[in-house]
Amino acid sequence: MLGIFDIYLFEALLNGVLLGGVFALLALGLNLVFGVIDVVWICYAELIMLGMYGMYFLYVAYHVPFLLAAVVCVAGVGVLGVLLHIVVIQPLLGTPPINQLLATGGVLFFLQSAATVMFGIDFRNLGIRLPVLEAVGMYISYARLLAFAAALAGMVALYQFLARSYTGAAIRAIAQDRQIMPLMGVDTRRIYVITSLIGGALAGLASCLLVLQYDVQPFVGLTFGPITFLICVLGGLGNMIGGFVAAFLFAEIISISGLYLDLEWGYVFAFAVFVVLMFARPQGLLARRS
Amino acid sequence: MTRTVRWIAAVALLALPFVYHEAYPLHILVLILIWSFVYTSWSIMGCFGLVSFGHGGFLGIGAYITALSWNYLHLTPWLGIPLSMLAAAAVAVLIGYPCFRLRITGHYFALLTLALSAIVLQVVTATRDITGGSLGYTPERYQGGSSIYALQFLDKQTWYLIAFGVWIAGLLIRYAIDRSMLRYALEAIAEDEDAASAAGVHVTAEKLKITVLSAVMTAFAGALYCQYQLFISPDTVSGIGVSLQMVFAAVVGGLYVPLGPTVGAAITILLTETLRISFGTAAIGWDNIVYGAVLVSFIIFLPQGLLGSLLPRFTAAPARAA
Repeated sequence: MLGIFDIYLFEALLNGVLLGGVFALLALGLNLVFGVIDVVWICYAELIMLGMYGMYFLYVAYHVPFLLAAVVCVAGVGVLGVLLHIVVIQPLLGTPPINQLLATGGVLFFLQSAATVMFGIDFRNLGIRLPVLEAVGMYISYARLLAFAAALAGMVALYQFLARSYTGAAIRAIAQDRQIMPLMGVDTRRIYVITSLIGGALAGLASCLLVLQYDVQPFVGLTFGPITFLICVLGGLGNMIGGFVAAFLFAEIISISGLYLDLEWGYVFAFAVFVVLMFARPQGLLARRS
Repeated sequence: MTRTVRWIAAVALLALPFVYHEAYPLHILVLILIWSFVYTSWSIMGCFGLVSFGHGGFLGIGAYITALSWNYLHLTPWLGIPLSMLAAAAVAVLIGYPCFRLRITGHYFALLTLALSAIVLQVVTATRDITGGSLGYTPERYQGGSSIYALQFLDKQTWYLIAFGVWIAGLLIRYAIDRSMLRYALEAIAEDEDAASAAGVHVTAEKLKITVLSAVMTAFAGALYCQYQLFISPDTVSGIGVSLQMVFAAVVGGLYVPLGPTVGAAITILLTETLRISFGTAAIGWDNIVYGAVLVSFIIFLPQGLLGSLLPRFTAAPARAA
């Protein structure tokens, strides 16, 4: 017999798992890009923000069916990723890594304020109210469940692509050794563009799912941008499995402390745990000691 | 020659508030001077490859601790500001020591410090009963208006002189660092940590010194900004936006020349104000569009910054390589 208190705790745990799925999806694209190109897209969350606006306008203003809009959105943000790579990253590939970080920081400023100018600062949403599932006294958001499922599907698809396809093998090879692969006849520029396309598309997928849960506004990226970076760093930049574990760890911390305290304290705790864990395992959670 | 020019410029800037009394231009100048000091504080770390995205956090610590201790403990800012600087130093050691000890550098250091500014922002928002949360916070006004005890002044001239003094102090600190052994040690570390360590440089200690200095200066600037504006909000003194803005101004002005951050501050503030005056509310967002585009193109085409690229053309002194 579960007490009422335990029901809430269990609900928070379950919601944490579902939130973890979304975080894992967010971290996936960033990790892929970092692992292969060795670049951190600070403006990653802003790509998602643009994707969310895309969904909003397609669905609300042009009455495109949701699934079709989602496909357009995934492709569109994928193309944005390629543009970002060609315009900003490519000219900076030979320079100190911190320059690339700063340049994408500039892109963050640019995209955020471009959205402010174009769309205004109103909060917008799709107006879809997905039902809340009720099971054994617990309330589970359907939107989160959907996001969790799509995140899992996205990860499996990416894994299959990397493990089975020829291009996937080339991508993995480049992530392992950047110097040798060009000598083996792999066109690194092409692989980088493909990686950016996939990274962007994963951001697009995340935006389709997040738009169901959050209102869109130009600064929405700031609400989940920092947490995404922390997840990637905690998992070990470029380490996708590590990112996966870190995503669920963070989501549980936020979800459970949100139950006892405010949501903001959940974030404070998550950040504090991050700092402590970073000192315990500087190269990421799953790093082997060399 | 350059020394004479420097003295003339300094005296002219110092004499300005005594002959010129227009409030608005003076206000802009005070803002430029205070932010120049902030950007200078950031750049003394940044020019050695220690890119911190956490300085928004230090700025917030300075501003909020000073304001809170004034309102709740009735502690004069003369004590509140040193208190906030101590707190910033403690946080800097807490974050810096393990980072440097464990050789967390580059991307990892930048993202870890990003967490710091996010923490300060979230703490301020979460303790909204005390700090006012995202609505911002106002230090109580002293009854008499202007008061040295409360460090509140109604006239812009006084503030101009204070900001000018602080700005000069910032430049002198930068100058002193450029002449110190610390600089050589940090340059060696920036080139190759292992080699520097093997050559007898105490990597952790040297990095920690510059980090604590930079953090304390930033907290001081945050407190000063709070005393001047008498209003602070998490968006203006902490968080990632402010941290990125520091990086932006320092890089655009020129990270490797002492006056670079000042030039960066002048450019950013004048740009924002010009856009605001000429376009009013229609300009909201445009300043950051320009910032963003300029930042990206500077990093690609002019990584030395504006002043850093212009100066070598006028003086024979060799510029330091990036």
